[in-house]
Amino acid sequence: MTGLAILRGLWITLKRLIMTYVEDFKGGKNRYYTSEGIEARRDYRVRGAITIQYPEEKLPVPERFRYVPFLVYDETPDGERKLRCTSCGICARVCPPQCIWIVRGTDANTGKPIPTPLAFYIDVDVCMNCGMCAEFCPFDSIKMDHDYEIATYDRFAHHIFDLEKLAKSAAYYAKIRPTDYAAEEAVRREKAAKAAQKTEA
Amino acid sequence: MTQQVLAKQVQEVFARFSDGVVEDQRVGYQGYIVAPEHLLDFARALRDECGYDYLTTVTGVDYLADGKMEVVYHAFKTLGGPALEFKVQTNRQNPIVPSLALIYPSAELQEREIWDLFGIRFEGHPDLRRILLWEGFYGHPLRKDWKEPYFEEVAKPFKSRFPDGKVYRAEDKHPLKDNIDFPEGFDPAKWEAEGDAALYKALTNIPGADEPGIKTEQIILNFGPQHPSTHGVFRMAVLLDGETIVNLKHVLGYLHRNHEKIGERNTYIQNMPFTDRLDYITSMSNNFGYAVAVEKLMGIQPPERAEYLRVMMAEFTRVISHLMSIGFLLNDLGAFFTPMMYALEEREMILDVFEAVSGSRMMCNYFRFGGVAHDVPDYIFDKIKGLVFERLPRRVDEIDAYLTKNEIIRARCEGVGVLTPEQAIALGVSGPLLRGSGVPYDIRRAEPYSIYDRLDFDVVFTEHGDVYDRYLVRLEEIRQSIRILQQVVKQMPEGPIQIGKSTYQVKVPPGEAYGRVEAPKGELGFYLVSDGKPNPYRYHVRSPSFVNLGALAPMSIGSKVADAVVNLGSIDIVLGEVDR
Amino acid sequence: MGVEDLNLPGYEIPSAMKGNIAITTLDRIYNWCRQNSVWPMMFGLACCAFEMICSAASRFDFSRFGMEVMRPSPRQADLMLVSGTVTKKMIPQIVRLYNQMSEPKYVLAMGSCACGGGPFKEGYSVVSGVDKFIPVDVYVPGCPPTPQALLHGFAVLRKKIENESIRTVRWYRKEAVPEIPIPVLGPDLMDPRRYAEIKAYAAEKAQQREQEAAGSLNEGGQA
Ligand code: SF4
Ligand code: SF4
Ligand code: SF4
Repeated sequence: MTGLAILRGLWITLKRLIMTYVEDFKGGKNRYYTSEGIEARRDYRVRGAITIQYPEEKLPVPERFRYVPFLVYDETPDGERKLRCTSCGICARVCPPQCIWIVRGTDANTGKPIPTPLAFYIDVDVCMNCGMCAEFCPFDSIKMDHDYEIATYDRFAHHIFDLEKLAKSAAYYAKIRPTDYAAEEAVRREKAAKAAQKTEA
Repeated sequence: MTQQVLAKQVQEVFARFSDGVVEDQRVGYQGYIVAPEHLLDFARALRDECGYDYLTTVTGVDYLADGKMEVVYHAFKTLGGPALEFKVQTNRQNPIVPSLALIYPSAELQEREIWDLFGIRFEGHPDLRRILLWEGFYGHPLRKDWKEPYFEEVAKPFKSRFPDGKVYRAEDKHPLKDNIDFPEGFDPAKWEAEGDAALYKALTNIPGADEPGIKTEQIILNFGPQHPSTHGVFRMAVLLDGETIVNLKHVLGYLHRNHEKIGERNTYIQNMPFTDRLDYITSMSNNFGYAVAVEKLMGIQPPERAEYLRVMMAEFTRVISHLMSIGFLLNDLGAFFTPMMYALEEREMILDVFEAVSGSRMMCNYFRFGGVAHDVPDYIFDKIKGLVFERLPRRVDEIDAYLTKNEIIRARCEGVGVLTPEQAIALGVSGPLLRGSGVPYDIRRAEPYSIYDRLDFDVVFTEHGDVYDRYLVRLEEIRQSIRILQQVVKQMPEGPIQIGKSTYQVKVPPGEAYGRVEAPKGELGFYLVSDGKPNPYRYHVRSPSFVNLGALAPMSIGSKVADAVVNLGSIDIVLGEVDR
Repeated sequence: MGVEDLNLPGYEIPSAMKGNIAITTLDRIYNWCRQNSVWPMMFGLACCAFEMICSAASRFDFSRFGMEVMRPSPRQADLMLVSGTVTKKMIPQIVRLYNQMSEPKYVLAMGSCACGGGPFKEGYSVVSGVDKFIPVDVYVPGCPPTPQALLHGFAVLRKKIENESIRTVRWYRKEAVPEIPIPVLGPDLMDPRRYAEIKAYAAEKAQQREQEAAGSLNEGGQA
């Protein structure tokens, strides 16, 4: 009987609705607008509605999440920004759609390349958010950002990111990717220690 | 592998064509080179006498330096086993090759594609029109001497990016400020757009139409490319007699993104994120196929843990893809969006896993040659366990309980869009479409790759070959995938996830390779030709959706127009993969 | 935005009537209504379309913003979501659909492909951004933009709508908004507005070729 099938169909939806209220009741105040609430709604045990109330609450992105890349700079004690990038060009070489442009500086006196990029551009209208640049950068300099709220009215004015827009502090990096950051710092410390040993010896 | 061990019949056949069929002697190449005049007889003998009844891949290669073009065929036995590869060579000035479309109907669409992109003419082809581009497009883009408007260099990386990277948009450098180019002396005012004349001519050209009898007026109905039930930008033109479909032609290319041309400019590793965008629902499987093909060429094997991770991800995508396919099928049946919502809910759960593991929900870019990019973080492993042991099995049972016996679904699907096993094999279809027609052919079993030979699962197949059976196959395959997932999660070994260090410069020896995997939609194959450079010389994607579409017309002709939509839904296409 | 937000500052409303009455301008109420009932057109082109579907599905659910009705027909839609790669073969249809939409209409370019060509830009059959043919209001870069990024794009669009004024919007002007001519598929994609340019380009190319040929002949003669 066709009617029965329709009733069964309506029953699934009703069940979801009821389960949503049951879960809301169980979760109490913490169910909405709290991070535990969000986690509970994305858990595999959830039976009711799973809607995230963006923009009031945001689904947290995992650490490895990648959107457009950014460049990490370290801040020296006297507040100077020091880009980690050495303009080695590996990211520009490996980028699949070739959307990275780097101008390597040369020393005016010696004509030798200097290890800071004079300019660094990423065309986000071409970037495919693949993360290859971050994966193969040997200096932990280019990383994938978590900031996805970058909609604009005018792409010609805003969609080619330059050094100023790309540069973000190491503290920010440590905040969005704590595990990666910690691992890289550990490696760095080890290297520094080894180097120190060598110089001592 | 030039000395293949061949069955007796095959040896006999080769003996018969002694002068016309020679082994391919080039370094790194396999298979045989067949003289064009023997091609038809040789193919017929292969099919009828040797059991190579399943021709899945036909593609072209342009050897510019040798002044030759080549058409490459890969034929398989439906009983399983490796491919028999054969090739035909022709000159570049006036390339003509006999068409195999009448012997292996699966070649029909793929030969059209070769004509479109290489300009190789196929003699005796029933309907040789352009397929991905439009009639009147200048040139054949996959020829090595053809250059696109934004052409910069033959191979990436481009020199203009570093060390003196003056940023620019590609259009700014072109005289017309756009991605367009025109032949010399062209005058647009004199241009007469051919439009769809050729399409309608092919559509109304039906054998036997001149026979005496009562003539009714037939109408042509166009469907798509912008239509909620076309699963993307797909178009079909149907010739109708009343409500009955007399003929059907599909029109492709609305999403032709030049995947192969770009792929031949990319380095090997750069192609990995591009494969994500083929069948964008199942990026992990696409990665898998490409990794398998390149690893075959390089002769390496990923470590054990990487294999398990790969299989885990691939089976998750299969679950997603089949769930989506069932949801979309119901959408097409008129259950507007509700089943889809439930399918998407499960998908979100799995996408959370992908996002945590690889960094992106859809475009995972997760596989590397000889391993995978990242290990699975611990916290998400609990979720994976919860999904495969608890949530997904329960959800599949729920879908089964509500849908399988539903009267409307049975009334709309049973006996609709029937594809016999013979037809299915001849048309070269693969995946659930083939198995729904009663052919138990699954590459995971027929030519095992990765660790599938060690895993316990059944090849699902049903006998009727209608839409309902395809639905059943998909549903049961989800269960089998969950079974595989459970084994993989339980047995997951510890160890490295990558051989050596992951590097962006891989060394690929010259030669050719065809790697294929059982993607959720069917056989996903990558045909690669390497000349030892960092970029593939030829990069071809044999996509399941594209070939499976060939079954749409045979399924739909003679049925009612409303069923065409359901048939399309049951084939389960993704346009990114069809048009590439 | 609730009724409270609609209220203009500077007007005291008795507390008994708070939440029921708002004193505001015509512009604001007009925009408020439009803002909260933007119906998108169901229009998927490529990979990005799936993230768009996900935004409509249970987890992100853009019906919370009054957008639940995805219309398959352009006549009933306010917003064209160009979600995916725009190819040369598809652009005539997109322009036609855009022309068929009734004013007020908005275009949101979703994904780097629709914004400016995307990863496939270098290819021979990809249009470098849908704004080459139709005006785009909001660009959401990303490949693909996650559903939340798309929802943010909608928020940006709503802000744009909020700042419009009945006096200046194009659909209440006397002069008719001209239709966009539909591109033609010739040897390559041809914009009817640019025929003269194309002709000049092709002629120049022919000339160049002739010169080259002449040059090589001369060289041959000298040698
Ligand atoms: S790879 Fe890293 S260090 Fe080298 S140029 Fe790129 S960002 Fe700079
Ligand atoms: S994320 Fe990928 S596409 Fe984007 S800049 Fe990095 S390498 Fe290039
Ligand atoms: S922007 Fe990326 S995800 Fe979106 S359509 Fe283009 S390639 Fe696909």
